[in-house]
Amino acid sequence: MANPSAVCNGHLHHHHQKQNNLLKSGIYKKNGITKGMKKNGVSNGTLYKKTFIEHFEQAPMYVAVFTVVGFAVGTIFGYLRDFMRAWGLEKRNIAEEREQQKDFVPLYQDFENFYTRNLYMRIRDNWNRPICSVPGPQFDLMERVTDDYNWTFRFTGRTIKNVINMGSYNYLGFAETDVNALKTVTIELEKYGTGVCSTRQEMGTLDKHVELEKLVATFLGVEDSMVFGMGFATNSMNIPALVGKGCLILSDELNHTSLVLGARLSGATIRIFKHNNMQSLEKLLRDAIIYGQPRTHRAWRKIIILVEGIYSMEGSIVRLPEIVSLKNKYKAYLYLDEAHSIGAVGATGRGVVEYFGMSPDDVDVLMGTFTKSFGAAGGYIAGKKGLVDFLRTHSHSAVYATSMCPPVAEQIIRAMKCLMGLDGTTQGLQRVRQLEKNTRYFRRKLHEMGFIIYGNDDSPVVPLLLYMPGKIGAFARRMLERNIGVVVVGFPATPITESRARFCVSAAHTREMLDTVLNALDELGDYLQLKYSRYSKSSHPELYEETRLELED
Amino acid sequence: MDVKRVKDYIYWLYYQYLLVTCSYVLEPWEQSMFHTITVTVVAMVVYTAYVFVPIHVRLALEFFSQIFGAQPDGAVSVAN
Repeated sequence: MANPSAVCNGHLHHHHQKQNNLLKSGIYKKNGITKGMKKNGVSNGTLYKKTFIEHFEQAPMYVAVFTVVGFAVGTIFGYLRDFMRAWGLEKRNIAEEREQQKDFVPLYQDFENFYTRNLYMRIRDNWNRPICSVPGPQFDLMERVTDDYNWTFRFTGRTIKNVINMGSYNYLGFAETDVNALKTVTIELEKYGTGVCSTRQEMGTLDKHVELEKLVATFLGVEDSMVFGMGFATNSMNIPALVGKGCLILSDELNHTSLVLGARLSGATIRIFKHNNMQSLEKLLRDAIIYGQPRTHRAWRKIIILVEGIYSMEGSIVRLPEIVSLKNKYKAYLYLDEAHSIGAVGATGRGVVEYFGMSPDDVDVLMGTFTKSFGAAGGYIAGKKGLVDFLRTHSHSAVYATSMCPPVAEQIIRAMKCLMGLDGTTQGLQRVRQLEKNTRYFRRKLHEMGFIIYGNDDSPVVPLLLYMPGKIGAFARRMLERNIGVVVVGFPATPITESRARFCVSAAHTREMLDTVLNALDELGDYLQLKYSRYSKSSHPELYEETRLELED
Repeated sequence: MDVKRVKDYIYWLYYQYLLVTCSYVLEPWEQSMFHTITVTVVAMVVYTAYVFVPIHVRLALEFFSQIFGAQPDGAVSVAN
């Protein structure tokens, strides 16, 4: 019996190429034993159809030293101010109990809010800025000043007009006030009003919801979907319906709070794997299957992997092909939260599933929100009909939460029809292409200027690293002086030494707006010394070998 | 014109110092306190360096030249 394949030095040599239909991932069965064929050099290289480039460059050492020094100075002065407050040398502005209750168990733990009181308060004027127009590519800001170092604010009455908006999640530019675009929304508003006054299970299911759910299912290419009124509640109220005690949740390190809350509410065991790290995930899966539940060693009832499409603080895209192959191998379920990626990536805006060229059947639970790319509010869960029918009866959100408001549902319907091309124009596709162009342009220019940018080259979320706490406030204030509104983030949303400014590129941004922002960033980068990158790119990026993955070690 | 550029440059250096040490976020009286302490510490370092470094450098040079060649006073003489 001639053996058509010979094993030589551990590599399988295949003489009959037409037997190798299974070889998309290099698996070949011989005598019932599966062996994987690995190409030299590129691990899992056959799973990705296009290059996957992510950057997580580390800053030079002196930056880390200065960051820690900055936080130390802030902490020392924080202790000094707390001391003065405790001894009555200074007025206390924080919440405290009444005199009569001073002997009770304390209501406010003083030290827990140390960071908020002493560091956040000093630069608080950069957050919670009230805006007074639609958050399109430009918006109007209400000017406010403080007399007592950010403890209280007062409005001067002036509005700052036409501030370029680099912070809103307006990826496709559907947050607009154009009367023609909102025609159907106005009609529905006049027909239904704004309130639903009921939950889905009582009297809150309108024909608009049914229409929207069918449209979402067609858009994503799945059997059925269900929509909810609030994106955060979609995650936190539906994960407890899907998993319970005796199940295992494998959640990414940097998952959003809604996923973490849902996982904790469910009562399942939660294990964390390193961000986007497939070796860590595989190890956890193997351990889970080999050792089972902690004391009894029984098999887990269900293993579910929670990941996001685009992580909003890092700008990184999930490694979906590898996760799907892992999930198929170890028979786990996959829950994909496409809050930032639906509408924003993919050739026609259908999210990371389309971006990687995979089929929606690979993912068990597709979740997303309408807040980001569709200019509305709410979330959806899509998948097989059995799953969605189960959620209609068992989800907390369906039973207790008010359903989505009809004009908002109509806004999503019109945005989705525009994206799919059902309204007869190519405007949807143009928006997706414009977003892609804007993203690439913005990221390329920032890399060339020498800033440290995190994340995947195709993600419209662009975090620019600032590191030092003093620069957070300086950066945001100076950008506002130049009429550009940015979002800066520090601890606790990011690791303490990696504070950043997060830009959200939109399809509604014109080239001139992006150029204005880039020029301002260039000047400010020199003035504040933010250009930490040690890899200076030449002006010919095509000369670079694009299959190189720059990952943090 | 040059004076203005020099002044701007010095202001820029001061601004960098404020950003790096995070004294940019402090209130003015806290900043004065911080500057006083910093200037005092730096002055003490400079004074110590001025007083002690030349003496130590000279002693070190003498020590190393002792090992590598020239005989010091009262050295052990090699028996012929």
